[in-house]
Amino acid sequence: MTDYRQKYQMTPVVGWLLKDRGGMILLAILIAAAILVPIGNLLMPETSAFHVPTWMLSLLGKYLCYALLALSVDLIWGFCGILSLGHGAFFALGGYAMGMYLMRQIGDRGVYGNPELPDFMVFLNWTELPWYWYGFDMFWFAIVMAMFVPGLLAFVFGFLAFRSRVTGVYLSIITQAMTYALLLAFFRNDMGFGGNNGLTDFKDLLGYSLQSDGTRSGLFVASCVFLGICYIVARGITQSRLGKVLIAIRDAEARVRFTGYRVEYYKLFVFTVSAVMAGIAGALYVPQVGIINPGEFAPALSIEIVIWVAVGGRGTLYGAVLGAFIVNYAKTFFTGVMPDFWLFFLGGLFIAVTLFLPKGVIGAVPAFGSPDRKSVLSGLRKRIADRRTNEGGKA
Amino acid sequence: MNDAVAVEMNASDVPQVKSARAETILYVDGVSVTFDGFRALNNLSFYIEPGELRAIIGPNGAGKTTMMDIITGKTRPDTGDVLFKSEIDLTKMDEAEIANLGIGRKFQKPTVFESHTVFDNLLLACSGGRGVFQALFHRLSDVEKTKIEKTLITIMLEDKRDETAANLSHGQKQWLEIGMLLMQEPELLLVDEPVAGMTDSETEETAKLLRNIAKEYSVVVVEHDMEFVRDLDCKVTVLHEGSVLAEGRLDHVQKDPRVIEVYLGR
Amino acid sequence: MRNDMFSVLRRSPFAMKKAAQYVVRFGAVVACLLMFAVVSPNVAQAFSDEELRNIAEQLNVKSATKKVAVIEKMAADGDPRVAAILKAMLEGDLYVRDSDEHVVIATKKGKVYTHIDIVSGEQAGESLSKELSKIKINNRLRGALRDALATLNLFSPDLTVRTAAVEQVMDARDPAMLPLLLRAIDREEDETLLARMELAQATMALAAGETTEERLSAIEVLASETTPQIRAVLSQFVASAEAEGFEPEVVSAAKDALASVEGRLSTWQTVGDVYRGISLGSVLLLAAVGLAITFGVMGVINMAHGEMIMIGAYTTFMVQQALAPFLPSGSAWSLIISVPVAFLVAGMVGVVIERCVIRFLYGRPLETLLATWGVSLVLQQAIRSIFGATNQQVTAPDFMSGAVEFSTGLVLTYNRLWIILFSVIVVAGIAAVLRYTAFGLQMRAVTQNRRMAGSVGIRTGYVDALTFGLGSGIAGIAGVALSQISNVSPNLGQTYIIDSFMVVVFGGVGNLWGTVLGAFSLGIVNKFLEPVAGAVLAKIFVLIALILFIQKRPKGLFALKGRAVEA
Repeated sequence: MTDYRQKYQMTPVVGWLLKDRGGMILLAILIAAAILVPIGNLLMPETSAFHVPTWMLSLLGKYLCYALLALSVDLIWGFCGILSLGHGAFFALGGYAMGMYLMRQIGDRGVYGNPELPDFMVFLNWTELPWYWYGFDMFWFAIVMAMFVPGLLAFVFGFLAFRSRVTGVYLSIITQAMTYALLLAFFRNDMGFGGNNGLTDFKDLLGYSLQSDGTRSGLFVASCVFLGICYIVARGITQSRLGKVLIAIRDAEARVRFTGYRVEYYKLFVFTVSAVMAGIAGALYVPQVGIINPGEFAPALSIEIVIWVAVGGRGTLYGAVLGAFIVNYAKTFFTGVMPDFWLFFLGGLFIAVTLFLPKGVIGAVPAFGSPDRKSVLSGLRKRIADRRTNEGGKA
Repeated sequence: MNDAVAVEMNASDVPQVKSARAETILYVDGVSVTFDGFRALNNLSFYIEPGELRAIIGPNGAGKTTMMDIITGKTRPDTGDVLFKSEIDLTKMDEAEIANLGIGRKFQKPTVFESHTVFDNLLLACSGGRGVFQALFHRLSDVEKTKIEKTLITIMLEDKRDETAANLSHGQKQWLEIGMLLMQEPELLLVDEPVAGMTDSETEETAKLLRNIAKEYSVVVVEHDMEFVRDLDCKVTVLHEGSVLAEGRLDHVQKDPRVIEVYLGR
Repeated sequence: MRNDMFSVLRRSPFAMKKAAQYVVRFGAVVACLLMFAVVSPNVAQAFSDEELRNIAEQLNVKSATKKVAVIEKMAADGDPRVAAILKAMLEGDLYVRDSDEHVVIATKKGKVYTHIDIVSGEQAGESLSKELSKIKINNRLRGALRDALATLNLFSPDLTVRTAAVEQVMDARDPAMLPLLLRAIDREEDETLLARMELAQATMALAAGETTEERLSAIEVLASETTPQIRAVLSQFVASAEAEGFEPEVVSAAKDALASVEGRLSTWQTVGDVYRGISLGSVLLLAAVGLAITFGVMGVINMAHGEMIMIGAYTTFMVQQALAPFLPSGSAWSLIISVPVAFLVAGMVGVVIERCVIRFLYGRPLETLLATWGVSLVLQQAIRSIFGATNQQVTAPDFMSGAVEFSTGLVLTYNRLWIILFSVIVVAGIAAVLRYTAFGLQMRAVTQNRRMAGSVGIRTGYVDALTFGLGSGIAGIAGVALSQISNVSPNLGQTYIIDSFMVVVFGGVGNLWGTVLGAFSLGIVNKFLEPVAGAVLAKIFVLIALILFIQKRPKGLFALKGRAVEA
């Protein structure tokens, strides 16, 4: 005990990272994937058993973006109890920022051949670029915006919400309202983001064609790297004293206030960080799937993100990553094989996980779950008993 | 830090302070509050001197918890003054500001951070940087560690330091919560029903603990348990329907016919 | 007779149909009388047979301009036979017979054309196409023909045709029609139509009037009207008045008239917005009121609430399908039967959900939210698998179709009026159940202090299930009503869920009246914003306003205060 406390005082980052077994495994897998998958795609001949087809590369890249998104949700839900049902909005905003850069990169290769205006603007008879499109011809600007815009929205929204102590389901409902309002707004052609169709037909990124395997591999590696960095940042936050305050807020918010912490600032900080991560995920996602449209703002998608986290195991960070992979693989599988069954499965998953696996898949693995883990049924029984004892206090 | 300076400046703007206020740590004067037509506090006035241990008793609905809420900034009074250390107006501040001024509060239901260890619970309560970035880059100092160890001994939980708070018994949680208040180094402690649900021996221990604490801090205890109040051996204030009914030593108060009527029914 | 009709109306909605029959019969008698009145003087005015034939043959010229002149000349007389000729011409059925240069109306049957004599209106031989040459028309002529026909319709024996004609004349505002209109006014006996005709005359006189007095009196007539049409007429006149060099007094009178018309119209606009707002509010209320029970009273976040509405709507569809063979079309019975059936079906689904899922999650609102979202996905997909993804057609009964129209542009459709009424009844019913029944008492007891309620012998689990069932059943009833105005599709529930939550949160949780007020105020605000900002932006503004509102009043409009709520 005392030993490692001293140890991590000497080498803080390495210390707490080594302590985090799940995180080490995750980082190892990410490093391996970032090296092996592009090799499998670019260097192995197609006949080889180690060849990774391009579609799989893109699919995995997409999952990595979802995993980053799930990580961002776990950071606030798992550690601070903020259930955002609007995180898809931050993801989509990051995606739009990247999409705008990619649109500008098309240049005069669009259908209408206008060097300045994207096709949809020409189609709407616009004569000049709206002011908010300025600067998006520069890659660095787009990247900054992909983080800044979601972060700013989260900051403003969070400032208002947390200051007035909107918590629990009320917060969930207004985050949903937020993404719904954005959905409606982005559907409008007047907004200047391509309306219904969104932004698509991208050609290249930093001069490299998006269709080439090399670019795709590069994006895959970038996704691995960003997921890794964001994981370390998130882990750094959660293991610090700030992280302990967050967990304390989750468990007993009033106590934290009476202990002298400004709860709203803590929530605001983590909410904004989380939104920035979601924005990064969106920015990585768009070049890999080749399109961004208002559908990404749909409230239903944002709720789906939450189930990724729940399936993996909330409050663990690596669980969120695992959950994103499991659920999205299931989605790919079902929508391919039996599309009618997918919603049954997803719906069933929501019910089953909340009822039987409150700690997710990770919680079911003895090595990661709490040692006093009990059987599923006794868990249910305990919950009913808990409720009986808690009811008196509630009144 | 800045807040404290600002407060001091405000205080200098108010040159005349009533003599009664002059040496009080907590001064409550004419406080009333109404919830949807129900008058929870009705012109409540009392004061606590520095270093005093005070028990507040009263039947259900007398306004004890509401009084705590008002002192700690959870509820705003409709009228009346609440002054800390004779000069700081508490009615304008929120919970965190008041806590940082040095007023600690223990809830009626023991409220600790169940997912954290006993050690971490005390660490979080430890006085010092409450800022977001201070917390982010905080490293455990030796001073803090010593302080936590000391408190662990005071609250009789030194062998439970790495236990998750959720695994503590009810009484131990109460002690941990009191320990967390001590870590805040408050000048005034508000303790709401500290012995509810405790065994007799735990109750005795708790009384001893609070008496010890009262040597260093001002303590206000809200309690139902008469035996425990007797153990505390201090001045008692009886609340009824939102105002003070009687005040004095327990023996004296217990002989007051109005108190008897309120407690035994009419 | 009159008294009798009203008492019938009061008794039941079905009597409305009977009343409508009275009106139709009465109308028929009036129409017959009018026919005599109108047709007989016409005969005296008409062309002689020879004149008619001659003038019709003048149509056989190349120049469109000349044709227009002829058409106007023909129309100016008001002969009913002219209408038939011009109508045939408009439809391209007017020909010149090569053999005798007579103009005939010819209709094609197979390869053979049947001729009709334009004078006698009787059949006059047959021919193949090559023996006829068509009198050609172009777009300009078509316009002229339509105007001419409109004018002629002013003399039609049929009241509805005349009414339509007056409207057309008023829209065209062609000064050339004025003399004819004046003649029509002389003959018109229907008072309502007469008033419209005078109005039409005034609109023309405004532009074509000769003297200041004529114009001023026209303006006076127009100023008393309150329709968007008249506003357009006046504002056009005012805009062009300077250029046209009208007298200043006329211009200022027209300006005053315009202002007064606009003033009254904007009042009506407000009335209309309020009505549409109330209408939207009643829909929101229906959608949200079940949630006010499950969320507001029980504190359960039921994301499958929208699907309960959907189940109600599909139940309506099923009931209608099942009863279709036994009921006449347009019967109200299937809808009336649907109400209790939908309540039971949705209520039972609700009870099942409560027993199987929600009861394990009390006190964990966020988990409840996720689990019920899962339930909603399953229900949606189940409906999609059973009924398909396409919209199902729920037919509206007769008493819900149609509308009351005001000349001011306000239209009150019956289905909306019924839904407003229905929502009020539903809310009143719930309030009564909560206040006056033993179940309502138990429910309130359980929500206020579960342990105490349990100790006095209330089976709390049972009350939970029934309360949730009640909330779901009411959502089902809402589905019956919403099936009349929404598409009945698996996505129906999704359309309403966010709005429902907004209403409940805005109104304040745990307060039925808050929900009512929340629904109507959101509806009205939305409809007032719509004309300014457009439907989508209005909705966005309302959402943003709500988000900001919650900052100010985190527990809604009518939040309970005190420590009991926070603990």
